[in-house]
Amino acid sequence: MSSAPVKSFDQTASLRLAEANNPSSKVLHLPASEPLRLACDQLLAPVSIAYQTYGTLNAAKSNAVLVCHALTGDQYVASEHPVTKKPGWWETLVGPGKPVDTDRFFIICANILGGCMGSTGPASIDPHTGKPYGLNFPVITIGDMVNAQVRLIDHLGIDQLFCVIGGSMGGMQVLEWASSHTERVFSAVPIATAAWHSSQNIAFHEVGRQAVMADPDWCGGDYHSHGKIPRNGLAVARMAAHITYLSEEALHRKFGRNLQERSKVTFSFSADFQVESYLRHQGSTFVDRFDPNSYLYITRAMDYFDLGAEHGDVLAGAFRGTKTRFCVVSFTSDWLYPTRESREIVHALNAVAANVSFVEIETNNGHDSFLLEEPVFFATIRGFLNAAGVKRGLKV
Amino acid sequence: MLKPETPIKGAHRVDHLLIAEMVEPGARVLDVGCGDGELLQLLADTRAADGRGVELSRDRVNACVTRGLSVVQGDADRDLADYPDQAFDYAILSLTIQATRHPKTVLENLLRIGRRAIVSFPNFGHWRIRAELLLTGRMPQTQNLPEPWYASPDGHLCTIKDFADLVSLVDAKVESAVAFNTSGQRLPIRHSISLQNLLGEKAVFLLRKRDAR
Repeated sequence: MSSAPVKSFDQTASLRLAEANNPSSKVLHLPASEPLRLACDQLLAPVSIAYQTYGTLNAAKSNAVLVCHALTGDQYVASEHPVTKKPGWWETLVGPGKPVDTDRFFIICANILGGCMGSTGPASIDPHTGKPYGLNFPVITIGDMVNAQVRLIDHLGIDQLFCVIGGSMGGMQVLEWASSHTERVFSAVPIATAAWHSSQNIAFHEVGRQAVMADPDWCGGDYHSHGKIPRNGLAVARMAAHITYLSEEALHRKFGRNLQERSKVTFSFSADFQVESYLRHQGSTFVDRFDPNSYLYITRAMDYFDLGAEHGDVLAGAFRGTKTRFCVVSFTSDWLYPTRESREIVHALNAVAANVSFVEIETNNGHDSFLLEEPVFFATIRGFLNAAGVKRGLKV
Repeated sequence: MLKPETPIKGAHRVDHLLIAEMVEPGARVLDVGCGDGELLQLLADTRAADGRGVELSRDRVNACVTRGLSVVQGDADRDLADYPDQAFDYAILSLTIQATRHPKTVLENLLRIGRRAIVSFPNFGHWRIRAELLLTGRMPQTQNLPEPWYASPDGHLCTIKDFADLVSLVDAKVESAVAFNTSGQRLPIRHSISLQNLLGEKAVFLLRKRDAR
């Protein structure tokens, strides 16, 4: 990826690896005596969970909001990212006076299990070898990620979360929390998500993984030992994925067929079009902050997600007896997690007479809408959390 | 009739006020076609009802959720089948049944989902409508039916007598029924139905399945 300034390999790798093993955020270190039993039946220990908190936990510990991040997100939901120095990824929604109000709520966001920003993942040092796990890391699931978060919430002494909220893969975690730990979730906001990963989404993920694995610098997953990074492979994976986060209309509006700093096409394969240049930039900046093996593991976890399958293929079974208040949100132009998949969740919740709100937001910004300033979406979240707060006895 | 828990403030539709009187305090209520949530809010404020809504219009759903009501975007014809039996104390269909594609199925679903069903509808047997049709020879437009025929969502208009027939057909029992005249006065529907069918502009029926309690 030639268009962006390339940091030296050492700079990039060392900054990221430092965060993977010694993060800037708080970390809960679970001792080796408290292993995590994974869905694949392996025991994982020791486990670290890197997390950030914002706001103040009240005396009753009733105002905690767990934010679950998406595929390439991290715990820096409302504060500067230590590698990219960019603002928090959800500062549009989370902060003082924002819909998820840090003046009212105690916000917790943890890097997922399998991530690369300080929670145990394939870039973490395997204590048995003294080297990064690489492909020796076990394949994990959304359920495993949530179980790791449960340990953190236990550690913080919180019995019941006021709200669990997240978009995309974060929404999958919300659903998993609400299903497997329903009594610990007062309200749940799954956004732009689905109860199972569709064939099309698995297909896109497979393209991404194959791009990473086809890069000779991947070295069979052992690139750390060889002093390499499959930059091109991961960048291509990100470029392909990034298209799925947008919509045709959004791409057209943003770039059209505009040329990049030139007046006519060059009859070459350089980035003639603005959209090419944009994607190349997205790819190359992503590589600076993300571990390629983490990308493989996390996409796999999403592929495996099928909440209904654990309940005899009846999704309603996942929510039977739930007292949780739900607010399901989808976006009209999201073709990665289309509205009908949110509606399926709503139908399952209706089938058990759960307390559910469902809002479809009209926008042409595609899947990424949940990360953007969408006034109707924000008003919905604010209204839902206010009403839930009243029910929970929180101060308005 | 039950007195509301707290005095009702502000202007409310007469049919909403009657429905609020019919609903017992603390009841679980599903309002199908809840619009902007006015009735749900009234039931929450005056009856401490645990309310849910279903509404077709996305904008209205968003407005409801923004004001803190539990409402889903959905369609009475399509989505009621998802709800389990007897999940609610009351399933309410307020001035909506005439706009559904399959009123009989919708009513059967209401009676299945709620231990009681409350249905209000504009009465096409009202004298003004009869007169307008008779005298002008055109489809009537009134306050309750403001759209011309080609723009109206109301594909299944009925009279109070028609609705009473449907109630019998789906094996439901009328627990109480009230018509409202043009000035909002209540005309209880007991033995004689013909007069109410002539004078009532809209009607509210409280129903339950005949074999249920």
